Amino acid sequence: MADGFTEGASRRDLLKTGALAGGLMLSFSVAGKTDAAPAAEAKLNAYVSLTPDNKVTIVSKNPEIGQGIKTSLPMIIAEEFDVDWAQVTTKQADGDPATYGRQFAGGSMATPLHWDELRRVGAAGRAMIVAAAAQTWNVPVAECTTALGVVYHKASGKKATYGSLAAKAATLPAPDLKTVPLKDAKDYKILGRFMPQVDSAGLVTGKPLFGIDVVVPGMLYATFDKAPVFGAKVASADLAAAKAVKGVRHAFIVEGGTELSGLLPGVAVVADSWWQAHKAREKLNIQWAEHPTSKQSTTDYDAQALALSKAAPLRTERNDGDVAAGMKAASKTVEAAYSYPFIAHAALEPMNCTAAFKDGKLEIWAPTQNPEPGRQLVAKTLGMDPAAISLHMTRCGGGFGRRLANDYMVEAAWIAKQAGAPVKLVWSREDDLRHDFYRPGGYHFLSGGVDASGAVTAWRDHFVSFGNDGKFASSAGMSQNEFPARFVPNFRYDLSLIPTGVPTGPLRAPGSNALSFVMQSFIDELAHAAGADPVAFRLKLLGDGAMVGTPGQSGYAADRMRGVVKLAAEKAGWGKTKLPKGTGMGIAFHFSHMGYFAEVVQATVAADGAVKVDKVWVAADVGRQIINPAGGINQVQGSVLDGLSAALGQLITIENGAAVQGNFGDYPLMRIADAPPVEVHFLITDNPPTGLGEPALPPAPPALCNAIFAATGKRIRSLPINTEALKSV
Amino acid sequence: MVFKINVNGKSQNVDVEEGTPLLWALRDGLGILGPKFGCGVGQCGACTVHVDGQPVRSCSLPIEAVGAGKVVTIEGIGATANGKKIQAAWTELDVAQCGYCQPGQIMSATALLNATPKPADADIDAAMSGNICRCATYVRIRAAIKQASGQKVEA
Ligand code: FES
Ligand code: FES
Repeated sequence: MADGFTEGASRRDLLKTGALAGGLMLSFSVAGKTDAAPAAEAKLNAYVSLTPDNKVTIVSKNPEIGQGIKTSLPMIIAEEFDVDWAQVTTKQADGDPATYGRQFAGGSMATPLHWDELRRVGAAGRAMIVAAAAQTWNVPVAECTTALGVVYHKASGKKATYGSLAAKAATLPAPDLKTVPLKDAKDYKILGRFMPQVDSAGLVTGKPLFGIDVVVPGMLYATFDKAPVFGAKVASADLAAAKAVKGVRHAFIVEGGTELSGLLPGVAVVADSWWQAHKAREKLNIQWAEHPTSKQSTTDYDAQALALSKAAPLRTERNDGDVAAGMKAASKTVEAAYSYPFIAHAALEPMNCTAAFKDGKLEIWAPTQNPEPGRQLVAKTLGMDPAAISLHMTRCGGGFGRRLANDYMVEAAWIAKQAGAPVKLVWSREDDLRHDFYRPGGYHFLSGGVDASGAVTAWRDHFVSFGNDGKFASSAGMSQNEFPARFVPNFRYDLSLIPTGVPTGPLRAPGSNALSFVMQSFIDELAHAAGADPVAFRLKLLGDGAMVGTPGQSGYAADRMRGVVKLAAEKAGWGKTKLPKGTGMGIAFHFSHMGYFAEVVQATVAADGAVKVDKVWVAADVGRQIINPAGGINQVQGSVLDGLSAALGQLITIENGAAVQGNFGDYPLMRIADAPPVEVHFLITDNPPTGLGEPALPPAPPALCNAIFAATGKRIRSLPINTEALKSV
Repeated sequence: MVFKINVNGKSQNVDVEEGTPLLWALRDGLGILGPKFGCGVGQCGACTVHVDGQPVRSCSLPIEAVGAGKVVTIEGIGATANGKKIQAAWTELDVAQCGYCQPGQIMSATALLNATPKPADADIDAAMSGNICRCATYVRIRAAIKQASGQKVEA
């Protein structure tokens, strides 16, 4: 899958590309004269420039979707550049892979990909400033020190601001990034501090920072109707009726193609205001052509899954030891069927994009997580040279993986070209929920055995997922190493696939966001079957070893996981707190995106079945350095609540080949009254820092379901949680 | 049709059809882009503005219903004492993630402080439940309201 950041192979490729396209290849343009920047501004490299008054501008290369990257990546550079954070202004880069390498927000990859590279970029900048000072004062470089954007020469008492040295520094050769010296972490003055995000002031005063806020002179507003059945063609539409609405300038059918992530068939309305276009849509009376997938439904998927579970699998993905023998050796065996639904991303800023086509050139303003593939898609669809397309990345009102696809971008580009005017396309919420790349549903038919010592002797999963032609649909896969693979001697993973016409794609912690629910819930069932404490049972399952598998993408540091399991249990007072009737604690852990997370949820189930989450404790190991606790803790808390929100209420139902839910009335998101306190503890270990945008999510749903079991004795095996079934009156 | 409305203390003419929601009159008609579009049906609160001091979902208020009402948006709320306090607390605690819901959250939170200077948790739940934060910054929203109202902030 083109967008599959998560499947093992493409993730590895990504790492490779990242390393190649990283700072080691950065061109250190010797600044200034040919540059468009004001003459007074000296540019030290592609990221750092300064003015004589010692103001520093640092470019943030990646899209900002709320993960705080526009703050955290510049912090890394600023630390090694050794300036005062108050001197720094950050600037959003345009889509410019020739300068910045790959620019995207996905896979929680920005920290691991840039931690080394951007520190070196900052350090190289500092070295150039110091060299300029040493030359100016005619002293050895080694005698110069820096602090807060000032260079000092102690012996002579000389000092100078970076800004005053910048013009000279920019003419000096850039040092070798590979060998430039880096700070000791104990000397950090920016990294690890609580730094409110750089757009904070703008956000709280309503500045137009988002894609939906873009205004271009002469701009018109567009809506785009697509078929409820994904990819169906337009049979007819009453364009004249739409054009008769006041303010409407154009209404036309877009032929479109068949690729679900590209330009699909639909009807565009372009008007003087968005409301006019939106009202005119109602007059279109569109008839959609029949489509091969128009009979698909959730009910039918469920029936197919059950039938497949009883048949021989399509294939066996992993088979260790002898599961039948392992079951025989067990003192207790458990069988259970788990399932989870399709869900939507529901970023709060609806999909939108602004495009202007003029003299064979296209300018695009897009809230996208994945700019370059968007540019390529637009170029291909419109038959243009990618070089004729310029792309500005705006702030995104949430991403969650939705904006890795660029369907709305190619729609805006197409409509702008045909309308012959700059156009801002804005989707309605209904467009957004009914035309997503959904987190795919899935079914797991599990059996497992435990022996008298509390060890898992056998595990079998018949995973029924979605996919066509024997291949997983995007983000519908499960790795052969998915935990507890490699921790259970007799382990088998069988696979069957249901064909689907529903577009699917990565949603925050793809794969993991659903698989953790299944695995950590079933592990809990086995713990209870063994009569063991769920924490002790998990620690035993994790074993005594350290790294299982090869370090890197597929390795699993069992010792790091044991560390966070113990920490979460300790902080929650596991086994020590006397809880009232109807209240219980559950634990779950998960490794994803190179982060080790364990979470304890305390929940109370009322007599009417209503679930209240009382509190969540998170223990996280993402290595030796939290870059920005302000954004980092926010990401962890948000991810946990995101996971709970999905578990408590989210579901996209497919009927007649289309998504049923259309707005927040039938697709409920967590609201403040349901949000528990989330206590976050970082376990600092001597490992490279990794990302925080996703890995806190996966343990939250199973920890909640395990807490519900502790509170009620009722096991949740299907999401979202059915509170009816939890009623005790 | 031209409607005369008062926004952030200024009387302005906006030329839109009858029935146009205030949200779109503000955004596309007047270029006041702080109020955000999230759902269009009064469910998410991203579009919240004040009309005569009351928090209102501007996506669901037709322009003709505004009349002589005084509209205040996120762009103008900083000129009020509570609005300013709320904005400061939001920045200090770094409440926002993507930030898209925050204009609406801040408008609702300011209205809460105007009505209830020291809101308890239950007051916060009641006043803020119409505002969805997809990024789920609720822990910090609660803390920022407590901080802005001079109450103890729990971690
Ligand atoms: S846009 Fe008005 S409540 Fe959602
Ligand atoms: S901060 Fe993203 S929706 Fe609230």
